[in-house]
Amino acid sequence: MLNIENLHVSVGDKPILKGINLQVKPGEIHAIMGPNGSGKSTLSHVLSGKSGYTVTQGQVTYEGKDLTEMAPEIRAREGVFLAFQYPVEIPGVSNIYLLKAALNSIRKHQGLSEVDAMDFLTLIKEKVRLLEMDEKFLYRAVNEGFSGGEKKRNEILQMAVLEPKLCILDETDSGLDIDALKVVAEGVNSIRSPERSFVMITHYQRLLDYIKPDFVHVLAHGQIVKSGGPELALELEEKGYSWVENKQAA
Amino acid sequence: MSASAKEIEQLIGKEYKQGFVTELETDTFPPGLDEEVIHKLWKIKNEPEFMLEYRLKAFRHWQTMKSPEWAFVKFEPIDYQAVSYYSAPKRKEDGPKSLDEVDPQILEAYKKLGIPLDEQERLAGVAVDAVFDSVSVATTFKSKLKEAGVIFCPISEALREYPELVQQYLGSVVPTGDNYFAALNSAVFTDGSFVYIPKGVRCPMELSTYFRINAANTGQFERTLIIADEGSHVSYLEGCTAPMRDENQLHAAVVELIALENAEIKYSTVQNWYPGDKEGKGGIYNFVTKRADCRGDNSKVSWTQVETGSAITWKYPSCVLTGNNSIGEFYSVALTNNYQQADTGTKMIHIGKNTRSTIISKGISAGHAQNTYRGLVKVLKGAENARNYTQCDSLLVGDKCGAHTFPYVEVKQPSAQVEHEATTSKISEDQLFFCQQRGLSAEDAVSMIVNGFCKEVFKELPMEFAVEAQALLGLSLEGSVG
Ligand SMILES: Nc1ncnc2c1ncn2[C@@H]1O[C@H](COP(=O)(O)OP(=O)(O)OP(=O)(O)O)[C@@H](O)[C@H]1O
Ligand SMILES: [Mg+2]
Repeated sequence: MLNIENLHVSVGDKPILKGINLQVKPGEIHAIMGPNGSGKSTLSHVLSGKSGYTVTQGQVTYEGKDLTEMAPEIRAREGVFLAFQYPVEIPGVSNIYLLKAALNSIRKHQGLSEVDAMDFLTLIKEKVRLLEMDEKFLYRAVNEGFSGGEKKRNEILQMAVLEPKLCILDETDSGLDIDALKVVAEGVNSIRSPERSFVMITHYQRLLDYIKPDFVHVLAHGQIVKSGGPELALELEEKGYSWVENKQAA
Repeated sequence: MSASAKEIEQLIGKEYKQGFVTELETDTFPPGLDEEVIHKLWKIKNEPEFMLEYRLKAFRHWQTMKSPEWAFVKFEPIDYQAVSYYSAPKRKEDGPKSLDEVDPQILEAYKKLGIPLDEQERLAGVAVDAVFDSVSVATTFKSKLKEAGVIFCPISEALREYPELVQQYLGSVVPTGDNYFAALNSAVFTDGSFVYIPKGVRCPMELSTYFRINAANTGQFERTLIIADEGSHVSYLEGCTAPMRDENQLHAAVVELIALENAEIKYSTVQNWYPGDKEGKGGIYNFVTKRADCRGDNSKVSWTQVETGSAITWKYPSCVLTGNNSIGEFYSVALTNNYQQADTGTKMIHIGKNTRSTIISKGISAGHAQNTYRGLVKVLKGAENARNYTQCDSLLVGDKCGAHTFPYVEVKQPSAQVEHEATTSKISEDQLFFCQQRGLSAEDAVSMIVNGFCKEVFKELPMEFAVEAQALLGLSLEGSVG
């Protein structure tokens, strides 16, 4: 589904990603861990098409197509979803309005008709219940005045409604309390399918207790310095990042 | 990659869809303005005696005045001798008696603008007065309104049919010498709408005037007078467009509203005059004086405006709150793009006791445009317990535009409460990217964010016009992505 080969990315003249290799197959869950500033969010932004980054080497294909050539909204319509580390507020635009507009633009891209108002309401209420949110959030302006945890939960609500194929979660677990973490994890698990893949960026083993990854990668200084199974996360928790970073240097 | 600042600029490049010209035979005065022209105008319009005096007085006053320079707008001095003060489609003796007699070319032009004058096709519940250059060409649903006692006709017709009524109120809110453009208008106004709602009548339908400038090198000087007698109620909408021309054209209107005891007037404007091209060439100079007098106790006037057009907009729809407990409201969306300039706002003059006013202003600035809110809240000594709330928000799209806020407050009554809130925000690249990441094009994202920003004002517009205004904003922000 996603194939990243020797990806080098710079911001201005500053290289940030320095040769990333990663393959994600349908249905797989990949966890990416790594110290602050190692380039995790940068990777998620490059995959979703944020401006300001230059790919200097390597390539990224998504379902066989060159992802870097696609406009960000096309990537989204083709099923790439990013749950932001820092979700933005959009005053005046209600959550439900944004969700409907987003869903319809994706449906249109797929050659489907606009969603029927009643069907949409049924769908969205089901997802709201799944994430144990108050329906009132639907009518509030996107993320405006939401608490940190509420914003994260709102990202997952959008993901659940839009049903993307490749879900990139950038530190969705940061800022969630223990109960919220459980709810969000259940939300993610409920939309797991053999066709849907996840790339989860996290600092904490705890999330991986709820959502079991197939692979764990460690990103340091713009490179994946170690990959392994779920046990790698446990080892990291115990020994810290210096363990893998030093190993790389050695 | 997502929309960068540069792409945001391209996004808001707009196309003006009402820019066509209708080829017609016209009666047009040669350019120039003197007392003889005013005589000719008075004569051709077959007006009552008092109007000649009225016009000449205004003209003489105007000659002593200077074009105002305090507004935050820049333009070359206007050569008033190069403007023609009358242009009308050629017509039979008295003008069309019914729609069947209106030049089909004109009907076609209005149809193209989405304003079918054919009564059957027209939205049920809206009567339209269509003003083409200097004259009113048609008014729909006249007879139905007459049954309710409502007078809705071109002001030129009202001057002939109801001269006493017009004489009583004309200039009673905006005197002939009020300001430079109002004086000019009083001297040379050609047509516009007249509305009278009798005592206790709720006008059975929305009234609407559609102004169209067609001829080149002419000015449009229209005059609107609305009188809501005691306990009556009316909702009125004004729309405007003009062809795309390289020269600037002048539109200097005066609108006077009078609300007597317990009466209510809701006045909504969707202004979409030609704004000029991307380089700032051409476009309408929209220099307008709009004022309401809440003359009776418990009366109420609401101004709602959506201003997207014109090269320069200079307008301050105001309320003089004379009656006790009277209410004035001003809801405004002003969008400027490319090289457009807008200096707009309102004046709320509290005279009566317990008078209340609300001002909600939303300014959107894109491209190289300058958008200024200028507002005055004045509470006179006798206005015990007067209250005002002002909220003034600016939204910037891109980084070459400007937003300015000039709130003036004068309070002479200690029990008055005046509140003012102001914000300035910018559509950020992060907001745009977020929307794009959810599947929206950058264009749709800008339009969605702008519409969200304007929501509080749109909800004040009559339903069908709110839809039109939203579409118009979308259109005004339309362009190509990268
Ligand atoms: N626009 C930018 N200009 C300059 N430096 C940048 C820019 N964007 C990212 N960087 C730098 O790139 C590096 C990687 O940043 P990134 O946000 O990807 O880290 P991260 O791994 O997500 O960290 P965290 O765990 O704290 O979220 C950092 O050193 C950051 O300062
Ligand atoms: Mg990060």
